[in-house]
Amino acid sequence: MSILVDGQTRVICQGITGKAGAFHTAQCLEYGTRIVGGCTPGKGGTKSAHGLPVFDTVHEAVAAVGADVSMIFVPAAAAAEAAMEAADAGIRLVVLITEGIPTLDMVRARKFLDDRGTKLIGPNCPGIITPGACKIGIMPGYIHKPPAAGTKNVGIISRSGTLTYEAVWQCSSRGYAQTTCVGIGGDPVKGLNFIELLDLFEADPDTHAILMIGEIGGTDEEQAAAHIRQHVRKPVIAFIAGQTAPPGKRMGHAGAIISGGEGTAQSKIAALRAAGITVSDSPATLGEAVARVLG
Amino acid sequence: MKVHEYQARALLQQAGIPVPPSQVIESPEQAAKAFRAIGAETVVVKAQVHAGGRGKAGYVKLVQSPNEAQREAARMFAQPMVSPQTGPAGVKVRRILMAQAVDIAREYYVGIVVDRARRVPVLMASAEGGVEIEEVAARNPDAIRKAWFDPHLGLLPFQAHALAAALGLQGHRRKAGAETMLRLARLFLEKDCSLAEINPLVVTTTGELLAIDAKFNFDDNALFRHPEIEELFDASEENPAELQAREHNLNYIALEGNIGCLVNGAGLAMATMDIIKLHGGRPANFLDVGGSVTPEGAVEAFRIILADPSVKAVLVNIFGGIARCDVIADALVTAAKEVGFQVPVVVRLEGTNVEQARHKLREAAIPQLRPAADLTDAARQVCAAV
Repeated sequence: MSILVDGQTRVICQGITGKAGAFHTAQCLEYGTRIVGGCTPGKGGTKSAHGLPVFDTVHEAVAAVGADVSMIFVPAAAAAEAAMEAADAGIRLVVLITEGIPTLDMVRARKFLDDRGTKLIGPNCPGIITPGACKIGIMPGYIHKPPAAGTKNVGIISRSGTLTYEAVWQCSSRGYAQTTCVGIGGDPVKGLNFIELLDLFEADPDTHAILMIGEIGGTDEEQAAAHIRQHVRKPVIAFIAGQTAPPGKRMGHAGAIISGGEGTAQSKIAALRAAGITVSDSPATLGEAVARVLG
Repeated sequence: MKVHEYQARALLQQAGIPVPPSQVIESPEQAAKAFRAIGAETVVVKAQVHAGGRGKAGYVKLVQSPNEAQREAARMFAQPMVSPQTGPAGVKVRRILMAQAVDIAREYYVGIVVDRARRVPVLMASAEGGVEIEEVAARNPDAIRKAWFDPHLGLLPFQAHALAAALGLQGHRRKAGAETMLRLARLFLEKDCSLAEINPLVVTTTGELLAIDAKFNFDDNALFRHPEIEELFDASEENPAELQAREHNLNYIALEGNIGCLVNGAGLAMATMDIIKLHGGRPANFLDVGGSVTPEGAVEAFRIILADPSVKAVLVNIFGGIARCDVIADALVTAAKEVGFQVPVVVRLEGTNVEQARHKLREAAIPQLRPAADLTDAARQVCAAV
């Protein structure tokens, strides 16, 4: 089992004829993802480089090829609108890869999506992968290990990109498979967050432990810690990046900033430990930490 | 993006929020004339730098004559301002704001940010003006009143009136206070602010409501649609190495330690700093070369890291995904030739095309390069090298 996406998921790519969209669509197809078409306004009726049908609008794409998930590579200035178009066309899950979207655009888009019951992953994220079945995003597929009979499986939730690959690699190298890995993104206003995903993994019978990777900025991890204490019975392992980050400086991600004394790694680690969660001090020992918990 | 107080004050004025008359000067010679133009008995002279702690450092002064104004301005222009926020070298003052000093009866705080947890803008107001909002939040959180507002509808008049009433504003001042909040909220939404703050908003002894000091930050991601805001950028306030990095699409932040870091991805870059500290070292910088790093970009990254004289060793930590390890290896070889390595460079590569990369580095036989088996080994090696 997995969460949110699996081998049956039908995906379209908004921005399929752009450089990044075309490249990653090819990579996802190669991994086995069922990408069924794409959208680029003005190029409707043509075929993409992958031989997929291209539509002017998401509504047309959904009507013609029946997609339920959209992967978005539209440039930042128009990306939030692209997400809203997908929601309006009835797309169930939007995976918004684009980095650099204005925060207030995301405030508006998130409300629009919520009103239509569309879930969002991202923005500024690597995407979501259910190993062996469906890769929607820019993560390298080969580092992941699909669950098989007898494997112990981890579900991963992360605000980071490459640090997630690091965590996946450490798990795979030690023989632990992943049910689903979700990069929720590095922006201050985003879609699915730790709490919603923790609940999905808690309910997924094949997920045996949950690895969450947070970072400085905001209070999402503190809220997740309180939620885990009440509602999550599976073991949770955490890492928080940015213990050495100075206050007031944006550490690469738009959301990774300690401001007004809020959002420090220390506060997050303390909250997680108080909730009985295993927090790894080192990013190099995530696999070990999983091994300690799962045996 | 941060702007100066005088720029923030101009934005308030454009939005119709009253501020005391003022002048901006760029040399001490302009001070006397500016004093006379303001036409007040007492004028406040304020250095325009982004760093805080101006008052305690002696860079906010009241003056009562053109001569005194010139003397204070001359001192501020001549000596860099040193405060707990500037570091020991201080910052050079390039502009001074001179404004009419007002007799203050009451001070208030009004500020707007995006509430990350609720995902909407929030206006915060407090009757404890003139102090940092964080201080009030820590000491007396009940003193801060909040109103969350929809980005389409904006702050609604009834919300603003309720807040103005909660601050204890009476009569026409309540109306003026509410109007100020509404205008500030409109400005926040129109200009894509990440912070819009008036502190203090004052009631003068003659009953006027005025914005005395303001702080604005703008969403970097939205600057493309606000060229008039982008124009306010003051490069002289930025760290030169950080500016140079930005020109090459690198995310670099200078820190105080002696171990240079070159990493792909912001989260991994932070984690790399953390593991250095965990092994007893101190990172000299945060550097994310990004997901689609080019060889030129990576060479430039080395140039920036190695230009920092405190760097005694470098840790390269790459997890290849879309960024390929072999591209980084080529960049290492080029950087060794073009920039030259005077210090040990510990290299940890994993992920896409790692075998090709390792082969290339073995072939190149760069004496300063030290391959690491894994991340822990890399951290140990680099900490032992300084």
